[in-house]
Amino acid sequence: MSNYPLLSLAIWIPIFAGFAVLATGSDRNAPLARMLALLGALAAFAVTIPLWTGFDVSNGGMQFVELRSWIIPFNINYHLGVDGISMLFVVLNAFITVIVVAAGWEVIENRVAQYNAAFLIMSGLMNGIFTSLDGILFYVFFEASLIPMYLIIGVWGGPNRVYAAFKFFLYTLLGSLLFLVALMYLFIQSGGSFSILDWHQLPLSLNAQIWLFLAFLVAFAVKVPMWPVHTWLPDAHVEAPTGGSIVLAAIALKLGAYGFLRFSLPIAPDASHELSGLVIALSLIAVVYIGFVALVQADMKKLVAYSSIAHMGFVTLGFFMFSPMGIEGALIQMVSHGFVSGAMFFCIGVMYDRVHSRQIADYGGVVNTMPKFAALFMLFSMANAGLPATSGFVGEFMVILGAVKFNFWVAFAAASSMVVGAAYTLWMYKRVVFGEVANEHVAELNDVNLREFTILAVLAICTLWMGLYPQPFTEVMHASVGDLLRHVAISKIQ
Amino acid sequence: MFDNFVVPDLLPAAPELFLAFMALAILMIDLVVKDSRRSLTFALTQLTLAGCLVLQLWTSTDQVTYTFSNMFVDDLIADLLKVFLYMTVMVVLFYSRGYVMDREVMNKGEYYVLALFATLGMMVMISANHFVTIYLGLELLSLSLYAMVAMNRESVSSTEAAMKYFVLGALASGLLLYGMSMIYGATGTLEISGIQMRLAMGGVNKTVLVFGLVFIVAGLAFKLGVVPFHMWIPDVYHGAPTSVTLFIGSAPKLAAFAIVLRLLVGGLLVLWQDWQQMLIILAVLSMAIGNLAAIAQTNIKRMLAYSAISHMGFMLLGFAAGIIATGERAMLNPFGYTSSMFYVLAYVLMSAGGFGMILLMARAGFEADNLEDYKGLNKRNPWFAGMMLMLMFSMAGIPFFIGFFAKFAVLQAVVAAGQIWLAVVAVAFSLIGAFYYLRVVKLMYFDPPAEETPVRAGLDMRILVTANGLAVALLGLFPEYLMMFCQAAFVQSFGG
Repeated sequence: MSNYPLLSLAIWIPIFAGFAVLATGSDRNAPLARMLALLGALAAFAVTIPLWTGFDVSNGGMQFVELRSWIIPFNINYHLGVDGISMLFVVLNAFITVIVVAAGWEVIENRVAQYNAAFLIMSGLMNGIFTSLDGILFYVFFEASLIPMYLIIGVWGGPNRVYAAFKFFLYTLLGSLLFLVALMYLFIQSGGSFSILDWHQLPLSLNAQIWLFLAFLVAFAVKVPMWPVHTWLPDAHVEAPTGGSIVLAAIALKLGAYGFLRFSLPIAPDASHELSGLVIALSLIAVVYIGFVALVQADMKKLVAYSSIAHMGFVTLGFFMFSPMGIEGALIQMVSHGFVSGAMFFCIGVMYDRVHSRQIADYGGVVNTMPKFAALFMLFSMANAGLPATSGFVGEFMVILGAVKFNFWVAFAAASSMVVGAAYTLWMYKRVVFGEVANEHVAELNDVNLREFTILAVLAICTLWMGLYPQPFTEVMHASVGDLLRHVAISKIQ
Repeated sequence: MFDNFVVPDLLPAAPELFLAFMALAILMIDLVVKDSRRSLTFALTQLTLAGCLVLQLWTSTDQVTYTFSNMFVDDLIADLLKVFLYMTVMVVLFYSRGYVMDREVMNKGEYYVLALFATLGMMVMISANHFVTIYLGLELLSLSLYAMVAMNRESVSSTEAAMKYFVLGALASGLLLYGMSMIYGATGTLEISGIQMRLAMGGVNKTVLVFGLVFIVAGLAFKLGVVPFHMWIPDVYHGAPTSVTLFIGSAPKLAAFAIVLRLLVGGLLVLWQDWQQMLIILAVLSMAIGNLAAIAQTNIKRMLAYSAISHMGFMLLGFAAGIIATGERAMLNPFGYTSSMFYVLAYVLMSAGGFGMILLMARAGFEADNLEDYKGLNKRNPWFAGMMLMLMFSMAGIPFFIGFFAKFAVLQAVVAAGQIWLAVVAVAFSLIGAFYYLRVVKLMYFDPPAEETPVRAGLDMRILVTANGLAVALLGLFPEYLMMFCQAAFVQSFGG
C-alpha cells in the first residue's frame, strides 16, 4: 500500500492535463497539444499501475481508500476506493486513453487541442465513476462524463453526428435521472447517508427493493446497453470518430455493467433474485437476436457495434446467474471486450482513414495491399468471435460454464450464439480482406505505418496474454466476487 | 402633537437610506453631465452599489432587528439576499454598459437612476415585514422596470412589451392588494409577524382567509412568472432591450423569492396545506409549459424566458416540500425553503451569465438574439463558447455545475417530504429541458459559423464573463458554504 492518493491522482491528472491541453489553443499549436495529451495520458496510466502491483488479492474489501467530507449539509463525501471488481477497469481506462490519444495522432487535424482534452477529461471522469464509493459522487461523475462524449460525437463525428449526439445524451440522461431519485430515496431510508457501502448493509422491504432495482436497471441498461434500449449505441458508434468509438466500446459500456455489481446486486439482493429471470431473458435476446442483427449489417462499424451489444449481453447474463464462474467470466469478458472491441474499431478506423468508407461492399482483397494489417485484423476478428487462446474465449467460456450449472437451455442459447458471433465476424473479415482487389481505392492502400502497427501490436499482446494466461486478471477478483456473492445470498428483508 | 413620535432606529435600513440619497443625487448630477461623459454616471452608480454592499456587511448583526414600527426587518436572509442583489445589479450594469453606450436613445442617466430605484424597491421588498412595505417596494420596482423596458422608445416591440408589462403588472398588483385586504379583514393586522400570531390564536374566519390567500398566491405567481400567470414573461423578455431583459431576468427573482418566503412562511404558515397544494400545481405546470415551449423557440431571449418559467417552477418545488406531514403532526423542514433559496441564488447567477453572453455578442445595430447567431461560436471565440457551454449545462442541471446542486437540493427536499412522484415528474421535465440547452451547445460547437468575424469584447466584459462562468463551475465544485449560509439564514428567522 502506498501513501499517495493514487485514486485521486488517477482521476485528476487526466482532467488537469485536459485543461492544460485546452490552453494550447488553436490548431497552430497542434503538435504541442498532442505531445501534452500523450504525456498526460501516460502519466495517468503510470499512476494506475501501482494499483495493480500493490493490490492485496486476498482482501475482498475496498483498498486505496480516500475519505474526505465534501458537502456537509447533505453528508456527501469524497469517498474513493477500489476492490477486485473495479480496479482492473481503472487500469484499463487509463491504458485505453493512451491508445486513443495515439490513435488520433495524425488523423485528427481539426481542433486538435479540444479533441485531446475531451478524451483526457472523459478518462478522468470515468475513473471517478469506477472508484466512487459515495452515491452522489458516483452520480456526479456519471453525468459529467456525458458532456465530453456529447462533444466528441457532435464535433468530430460523421454526417449524422448531431442526431447521434443528442440521442446518446438524452437516452443516458433519461436513465440516470431516475437513478438520482433512487439515490435520494436510499439517503432517506438509510437515515442520512450517501455511502454506497452503508447502503449495502441497509435492510429494505421487497417492494422498495424492486422499485430501486428497476430504477437502477433503467440507468444501467441504457448504459450497457441492453435490448431494447440499445438503439443509441449503433448510431453513436457509427457517427463517432475512431477514438470516440474506442472509448465508448472499451470503457463507457462497462460503466453500466459495473453499476449492476456496485448497486443493483448488493443493495437490492432479494429483488435481484426475484427479477433475475427478466434480466437473463433480456440478455439472451441481446446475445441471440442482436447477433443475427449484426449478421446483416453492411456497415463495418455498425456490425462491431451490434457485436458489442451481444458481448455485453454475455456480461449481464453472467452477473445474474449468481455464481463465481458467471460473475468472474463476465468481468473477464468486460476487460477482454475492452481490448478487442477497441482494436476492432481501430482497425476499421485505419481503413476508413485511407478509403473514407465503412461499407463492407467498398472493400475486398485488402490482404493484397495491407498484409501486416490483415494479419493483425485477423487476430482481433478471431478474438471477437471467441477463438480459444484469445481473450475473447476465456470470458465467454466461463459464462457458458456457469450457465450450464444454472440452466441447460440458457447455456444452450448462449453457446449457440457463439456460432453466430463467429459467422458475422469472420464473414465480414472474409468480404473485406480476402478475394480479388475490389477497386482502385483498395489497390492504392498503404500498409499500416509504425504508429498504427505499434498500437495494434500492443493490443494484440494484451489479447493473447489474457487468452493464454488469464490468472493475473482472475486472481484479483476472486476475493471481491466471493464477498459479493456471499452478501447477495443473504436476504435483506426484515 | 408629536409626543408619540419616536425616531426609528435607522441603522438596519442604512443601505436603503444611502441608496435613496445617492439615487437622488445622481439624478441631479446627471443633469449637468454631457452624453459623452456618461461614464461618470455609470461609475457613480457602481460606487453607490458598492457602498451599499459595504454598508450591508458592516451593519450586519447576528440578530433579527425590526424597525419603523415593525414594518422593516433586518435578518440574515435580508443580508444574504441583498448582498447577492447588489452584486447582481453591479454585474448586470457592467454587462449592459457597452450595449447601452452603443444605443443613443438608451444612453441616458435615467437608465442608471431607474436601475438604482428598482434596486431600492427590491431591497425594501426583501426586508418587508408589513403588507404596506411589501407593496411599496413592489411598486417602486415595477414602475422603474416599466420605464426601463420602454426606454428604447424608437423600438415598436419595446414599447409594446412595456405596455403589456405595465397592464399585466398592474393587474397582478391589484390581485395582491385584494388578497392582502382580505387577510387584513380576517386578522385585523397588516404586519406579517402579527398575522402569524393572530392565526396561531385561532378563531379567524377561514373562508375569508383562504379567499385572500388565493389572490395573494396569484399575485405572487404573476411576479415570479409561473404558469398560468406567465404570459408576460416571454413577450417582455423578448421585446425589452437585452440589457433590460438581463436586469428583469436576474435580480427581481431574488426579491420575488423574498416576498414569497415572508408572506407564505412568515405570515401564513398556518395555511400551509392550502398554499402548498397551490404551489405544487403552479410548479408542475410551469415546468411542463416552460420546458416544452422553450423547445419551439428560435429566439434565444424567448428561449431563456421560457427557461426562466421552468426554473421558477422548479424553485417552487422546494416550497412544496417545506412541511413534512407525518400523520397528525406537521414538521417544518428547513431544507425545503433553504433549497429554494439556494436555487434562486444559483439561477440568478446562471441567468445573469446567459443574458450577459447575449449582450456580449450584440453590437451596435445587431442584437444577436437569434439562436442562429450562435452558430459556430466555438470557431469564432472558443473561450466564450466554453463559458456559454458551462452556463447551458449548468442550467440543464448537469454536474459539476451549480445548477446541478440547486436541482439536487430541491429534489432531495422533495424526496425527504415523501413526495417521490413529484420528484419523478420534476426529473422528467428536466430531461425535456436538457434538450434545448443542448441545442445551444450544438449550435456553438457542431455547426459551422455563419460569419467568420471573430467576436470582440472589451477587457472588462471578458473578465466578467469569465468570472461568471467560473463562479458557476466553482460553486458547483464547492457548493457547501453557500448552502450552509442559506440554511443558517433561514433557521435564524423561521426556526427549524
